[in-house]
Amino acid sequence: MKPSMNRTSKIYVVLLMLFLYMPIFVLILFSFNENKSRSVWTGFSLHWYRELFSDQLIMTSLKNTLIIAVVASVIALVLGTAAALGIYSMRSRWFKSVLMNITYMPILNPEIVTGVSLLLLFVFGMDAAAKVNGLLGFHLLPELGLGLGTLIIAHVTFCTPYVILNVLPKLRQMDRFVYEAALDLGCSPALAFFKVVIPEIMPGMMTGFLMALTYSIDDFVISYFVSSATTQTLPVTIGAMVRRRISPKINALSAIIFVVVLSILILYNLYSVRKEKQLKKGGESFR
Amino acid sequence: MKTLFAVLTALAMALTLSAPAFADTPSEGGYDLAYYEQYKGQGLSVNVYNWGEYISNGDDGSLDVNAAFEELTGIKVVYNTFDTNEILYAKLKTGGSSYDVIIPSDYTIARMIEEDMLRPIDFDHVPNFRYIDPQYVNPDYDPQNRFSVPYTWGTVGLIYNTTMVDPGEDMETWDVLWNEKYSKNILMFGNSRDAFAIAFKRMGTSLNVQSQEQLDEATQMLIQQKPLVQAYVMDEIFDKMTGGEAAIAPYYAGDFITMHADNPDLAFAFPREGTNIFTDAMCIPKDAQNPELAELYINFMLEPQVGLANIQYIGYSTPNAAVYDLLDDETKQNPVQYPPKELLDTFEYLTHPDPHLAKAMDDAWTKIVSADQAYSDMLLPAVLAVCVIAIVALAVVRTVKKKRPQG
Amino acid sequence: MPKAKYASLPYILWSLVFVVAPLALVVVFALTTPDGGFTIANVTKVAEYTPVFLRSLWLAVLATAACLLAGYPLAFIMSRQGGISQRTLVMLIMLPMWMNFLLRTYSWMTLLENNGIINSLLGFFGLGPFRMINTQGAVVLGMVYNYLPFMILPLYSIMTKIDGRVIEAAQDLGANSFQVFLRVVLPLSVPGITTGITMVFVPAISTFIISRMLGGGANMMIGDLIDAQFLGNAYNPNLGAAISLVLMIFVLLIMSMLNMFEDSEDKEGLIL
Repeated sequence: MKPSMNRTSKIYVVLLMLFLYMPIFVLILFSFNENKSRSVWTGFSLHWYRELFSDQLIMTSLKNTLIIAVVASVIALVLGTAAALGIYSMRSRWFKSVLMNITYMPILNPEIVTGVSLLLLFVFGMDAAAKVNGLLGFHLLPELGLGLGTLIIAHVTFCTPYVILNVLPKLRQMDRFVYEAALDLGCSPALAFFKVVIPEIMPGMMTGFLMALTYSIDDFVISYFVSSATTQTLPVTIGAMVRRRISPKINALSAIIFVVVLSILILYNLYSVRKEKQLKKGGESFR
Repeated sequence: MKTLFAVLTALAMALTLSAPAFADTPSEGGYDLAYYEQYKGQGLSVNVYNWGEYISNGDDGSLDVNAAFEELTGIKVVYNTFDTNEILYAKLKTGGSSYDVIIPSDYTIARMIEEDMLRPIDFDHVPNFRYIDPQYVNPDYDPQNRFSVPYTWGTVGLIYNTTMVDPGEDMETWDVLWNEKYSKNILMFGNSRDAFAIAFKRMGTSLNVQSQEQLDEATQMLIQQKPLVQAYVMDEIFDKMTGGEAAIAPYYAGDFITMHADNPDLAFAFPREGTNIFTDAMCIPKDAQNPELAELYINFMLEPQVGLANIQYIGYSTPNAAVYDLLDDETKQNPVQYPPKELLDTFEYLTHPDPHLAKAMDDAWTKIVSADQAYSDMLLPAVLAVCVIAIVALAVVRTVKKKRPQG
Repeated sequence: MPKAKYASLPYILWSLVFVVAPLALVVVFALTTPDGGFTIANVTKVAEYTPVFLRSLWLAVLATAACLLAGYPLAFIMSRQGGISQRTLVMLIMLPMWMNFLLRTYSWMTLLENNGIINSLLGFFGLGPFRMINTQGAVVLGMVYNYLPFMILPLYSIMTKIDGRVIEAAQDLGANSFQVFLRVVLPLSVPGITTGITMVFVPAISTFIISRMLGGGANMMIGDLIDAQFLGNAYNPNLGAAISLVLMIFVLLIMSMLNMFEDSEDKEGLIL
């Protein structure tokens, strides 16, 4: 149906893919290197894979990354969906536009500025809490340091806009009258919401959630500023390592991640191809 | 004494039986269990902030010091690393992180003491302090020795690749770092104190900043050097020098030992203009949450076997007399790690300078690494103004277009 | 849903505390001394770092242009493919984004070094060695490598909406491929271009660590400068806040300029 690529475009696509994948192959290749140099190949070995799982620093960071990603994305999903509903039913255009500008802020602002500003806020908050407690003479406010809590707050902050921006269009596409019809037919507002509105905006919620999850797992810059020595995410740990030298254990970990992500993507694609075919067939049989 | 030894041996044996991880630890390294196990089973943890590559971590069959400490005491070690003293200082100043043990260098310790950032150590809880060689007790940076326990000492020198420098090249001078023959084959320190110390020594002054004129002259010298420098690095140097990426780099002598093991073409020289000798010492920050655990950890690091494992792994020199005694003769006589006394006496410590000069130095350093051309200070506001004008112009054009009837 | 507008209340509070207040603090820090007194010295001092700003701006422009040039044709080819090969291409573009960017950049060090893989390969053919690592070119390459998918994906999603029949119609009416591109494809893909440019330019101008890894520490960028003031060698959060403020204004100005090229009537409340 569509024209296949000519030779020039094929060469060009291959070259671009080579550019994108060469470093990744080098990375994976050196996870099988016997010694710990990143440039000298001495022999094939699997021992970095074994040592990876006994490396406490890497394993704790991985655990932190996953905990933060899941918790922050769930909070962002709830907060963002509620916010999208609110923005959708707001009357004041002016207020709406101000709120949308604030929502775009964490996305459009350079990450380093977001990170720095949150660091300033957290440090300021901690100082203030300590001062208040000092004045009162007892611990009224919690004097939390940087750590899991600040990381989650930061991640929720930059993840929520992605949920809002994915849910809002779905709300706009929704037929308002379906909800009202449900009410007329005797649904309670809550039931109508869960039976009618949620299914309509579900795809947007899912996309937003997955984007939040991805950005949270991958974030380095913001986490770098708001993490502490005690609680680091995997990218922050890697960030500290690249300043000296990467342990091939990290190469091993990324090889594993590569294979896992690749298989998820392949499975997902196979699944959607099959579904499409089924849909097509279904469509034909209807005719 | 005899009974003490018997008790220790018995304890060591008990330990060997109960903890198989210590099976290969010689029994004379037996630990005082009553002391080390006092916090066991409480689920506590101690936060340690150390230099990168600065502890024996179990690679290549070495002792995994942190794991051994966890096994022995039941206290979890949360271990993280930093790059330069300045980064450590910034992290502490920013706040929000609570560390129990930090390992800064001498001049930073002096600065932290001055700014009331450290907590006095209760030496009753650090019995192993008795192992420290008396010449490292009461150092200049901590005159009454209230805040610090020396971990290592070391020196700075030139590391060079013998296959990449001319044979017969005089390497015992800092001048070689300004030699255009090695343009783009030179790596330079990526932190202000060490970089300026070299320039100062080349000028023939003290390696500490003493006046604005001295600072200005050194700044010029470093700017002059910049075109020759391939990269400003810290620990990236390990891979770069062992991989033959550069010919010459000034760095810490102890790290040379590690690099030399990976690449025998590398050699080391002490420039005769003089160089820096430093001590890195364990301290407890003022806001540490677990000072008692920190003392336990510090004490553990002083255990002869532990100290030996660390010093063998990192290649620096030890201030711990008990550890020194355990070293083999080859190491003790290695002039890179333990230079002869007459040479050592010519080396100089960094001190904490006058705060204004320190700040001027930091500023000068940022400019050295960031600027390659001089621009007018008005250029930046001008660029911003152009942006604003452009936006206004575009907006006007757009409104005009919109008002024009479609045709 | 009349009462639904209150559902955004928690989010409004959240944004006030964790988006607006922090930015206000940046302004406050930028205009105060460490003791808390008012000053504009920090802001004027930023001008001393003009070279860093200009370098960042220049490298970011180069990287964005390179991404656009390299990514545009690919996005077009992708959008003209059918089912499986389109899907595969999209997947191949997205896959690297799941790998940690620091690690991928780190591998470029291995590739670009004097004794690195590329120079060794070239050595077989008697070429080189070329000095690639620790140059500005390497920094641009690192940015192009990291941000290319951010250019391709928005372009691709806009181009899939271009109806193939429009192109065919233009061809039938006698337009050559260059005219088709200039008169049909390019105008229709403008929204993708502006989104792509924004998504590459903003991270590129504020990048840090990439410049340190591939640029050898001498090609400092704004991001590195800010990092140095907060968690780095030159501890001075007030100056750091001032630099962040200027960077933010810079970026917002440039983005609102980009927005001018788009008729963004349908977009609600994008900056300006």
